[in-house]
Amino acid sequence: MTLLETTLRVNGTSRRLEIDPRATLLDALRERLGLMGTKKGCDRGECGACTVHVNGRRVLSCMTLAAMHEGDEITTIEGLAREGTLHPVQQAFIEHDALQCGYCTSGQIMSAVACVREGHAGDEDEIREWMSGNLCRCGAYPNIVAAVAAAAQVMEQHAPI
Amino acid sequence: MHPFEYARAGDAAGAVAALAGDPEAAFIAGGTELVNWLKDGIERPGRVVDINRLPLGQIEATSAGLRIGTLARMSDVAAHRAVRSGFPALAEALERSASAQLRNMASMGGNLLQRTRCPYFRAETDLPCNKRRPGSGCAAREGLNRTHAIFGWSDACVATHPSDAAVALRALEASVRVLGRGGERSIPLADFYRLPGDAPERDTVLEHGELIVGIDVPATPRARRSWYVKVRERASYEFALVSAAVALDLDGGRIREVRIALGGVAPMPWPLTEAERALAGLPLERAALARAVDGAFSEARPLARNAFKIALAKRTVVRALEIAGGMA
Repeated sequence: MTLLETTLRVNGTSRRLEIDPRATLLDALRERLGLMGTKKGCDRGECGACTVHVNGRRVLSCMTLAAMHEGDEITTIEGLAREGTLHPVQQAFIEHDALQCGYCTSGQIMSAVACVREGHAGDEDEIREWMSGNLCRCGAYPNIVAAVAAAAQVMEQHAPI
Repeated sequence: MHPFEYARAGDAAGAVAALAGDPEAAFIAGGTELVNWLKDGIERPGRVVDINRLPLGQIEATSAGLRIGTLARMSDVAAHRAVRSGFPALAEALERSASAQLRNMASMGGNLLQRTRCPYFRAETDLPCNKRRPGSGCAAREGLNRTHAIFGWSDACVATHPSDAAVALRALEASVRVLGRGGERSIPLADFYRLPGDAPERDTVLEHGELIVGIDVPATPRARRSWYVKVRERASYEFALVSAAVALDLDGGRIREVRIALGGVAPMPWPLTEAERALAGLPLERAALARAVDGAFSEARPLARNAFKIALAKRTVVRALEIAGGMA
């Protein structure tokens, strides 16, 4: 099988890679670039743990091939903090204790950042609907919703983030 | 995952030619469908042709209707102002589909090309499924078939089509523009899907190598007063148990003409033609609507565990009519 030479732009840095055409974006991030923050939950597009941003939009990295993303701007949980300062959504998750085991958390946070930017965090019902692609088996949903609502207020005051 | 080569299509004709010369090749757009089947071993292409760089992502609204490029993403179509105001059933169906992440990825063409499926089709252990292995039988026919079809099924397959958007597009009388080696052709969505019969491995009339390039939705008198109601077992992020799309033209308080399609009940968006006829001329009153809808279900053939879908579908249609008609 032919390996592909491709360049992935992740968190602002270009990385040249030889990849198996079968590699998902998730596997390339974790196994080839060592970015373990993005989690593999179901690996079939059902849980949201692998959520990253591609060109600013939230997507599931387990459901897309790495080869399809040459030249795209990819942001993972590792690229969210700025100069040592946590993103308001990260800070809100800590303050609201919005996790128990933590496995879904990076996906929840990446999804929440996009949810707020899209303008879909107006109230708790809207947050629940637009965060429904991120499952939490510990059931931390009440605190996740509270964290997203709080972060939305901070982000509105400090746009653009 | 079976090994495959990856190629990027430079233009639509090249993409079609790449598949025409290679029976083992497959297109990939959003990936949310194909990547699943690659992982499950349900699809084993030798070559995957990436069409994402083709200029087929536009959403155009004119006085004639919508022209949606096949690569337009579900989220962008759902958010488009002209779709929301002029074709609300489509916006609603799209926004009730999948999750925000999947809607950002999935293409409109790919949405229509989702396989009919059921838990037996996707089982991680090897179970009889004629779609997955032709001739192996249908585990759902006498198995756990509560979520399966009540119309259009055969003994070979009782699965339903999963798309919400296709149901709305059927009620909106959309067509699919398809590019093949002989050029472009337009297929009404009404003729696009095929019933399983004894060949459930084929879901549509597309030939290998034909590429959906766009979806056309006409600006009928009914499109603006259209709606989609989806009933499911969770509040969000779940396939329909039953859904109904309606598109309504009113004359005062009476129905002049209506189109109705059901989801979650058949291997394709299921038109309720008999109800469309019975509803013409009726006032928008619940009892009258319910009586007219009732008769359209005389040909429903429920399986052992899903007879409840008949009553549920009738009520869902009435509810959709009430909302589209401004009563609810």
